[in-house]
Amino acid sequence: MKRFLLPLVIFVVLVGFLAVGLTLNPREVPSPLVGKPAPAFLLPQLHEQDKTFSPSDMAGQVWLLNVWASWCGGCKEEHPVLMRMAKAGEVPIYGMDYKDRRDEALTWLRRHGNPYPLTAVDEAGRIGIDYGVYGVPETYVIDKQGVIRYKQIGPLDDELVAKTILPLVQELRNK
Amino acid sequence: MRWFAFILLLIPAMVQAEEAKPLAENSVAEARLKQLAVELRCLVCQNQTLADSNAPLAEDLRREVREMIAKNMSDQEIIDFLVQRYGDFVLYRPPWKASTTLLWIGPFLLLIGGAITLVMALRRRGQGLADAPVTDEERRRVEQLLSQVERRS
Repeated sequence: MKRFLLPLVIFVVLVGFLAVGLTLNPREVPSPLVGKPAPAFLLPQLHEQDKTFSPSDMAGQVWLLNVWASWCGGCKEEHPVLMRMAKAGEVPIYGMDYKDRRDEALTWLRRHGNPYPLTAVDEAGRIGIDYGVYGVPETYVIDKQGVIRYKQIGPLDDELVAKTILPLVQELRNK
Repeated sequence: MRWFAFILLLIPAMVQAEEAKPLAENSVAEARLKQLAVELRCLVCQNQTLADSNAPLAEDLRREVREMIAKNMSDQEIIDFLVQRYGDFVLYRPPWKASTTLLWIGPFLLLIGGAITLVMALRRRGQGLADAPVTDEERRRVEQLLSQVERRS
């Protein structure tokens, strides 16, 4: 009986490791940017091309930066959530149209609704690289000092918004 | 009909696979890019290197690396640039840290554990074999059997 004890322990440990491994999402790579200042940029706006947008315009406010594209499937899934958030008006959501065509992006917003006060256009994807974007949609929570406090990779859902995003926004506002 | 078949046979000769685009015009820079890109992970298709992947992000990152090479940045500076944005995950060789200790020493621990188990098992087996004394009667029987075998051959 005793000789089976050690293999059994090894087996259980191995199963434990594999079980934990199964619950991890390989797409959720911890971002080194959380806790660091949001990279600066100056990008043209989607609707008014001659105007620009920079994160420094948002200094003193807690806001969300949502990276999206008209070609992105997850963005479509996420969109109703953003629309509900915009309607509730609890936190401003600014868009960044990532590696997209302007006309297609505009059509997409017209069709599905526009939750953003304004959208910046990152056509070449360079700012996306500065923000460590690798799978749209991605959402950043940025505090009054312009520091990234949270990064969501992949679509937001109602539960995440209610349980994580909004409480965090509230906390950052009160600071 | 025969002509038609002939034309059909010509089709494969006209088809050409699109070749991979050269990574950079300058061959020295290209060599450096290749060297760096096999060390870096594409974040979209996570089991491919930046050199292998055709994902748009990988293309963008190659462009970025190429520009940094053109700016004469060192390999370490380029890697730091990417790690700052994407974390250690972009590196195929993760750095030695508290969180990666198990990753680095785990295989050696397993090796040592295996070696210890092997030595212990061999020792136990050695102890199990007790000396069996042979009596004179048995010795005579053995010799008799052996001589029978010799006679037969």
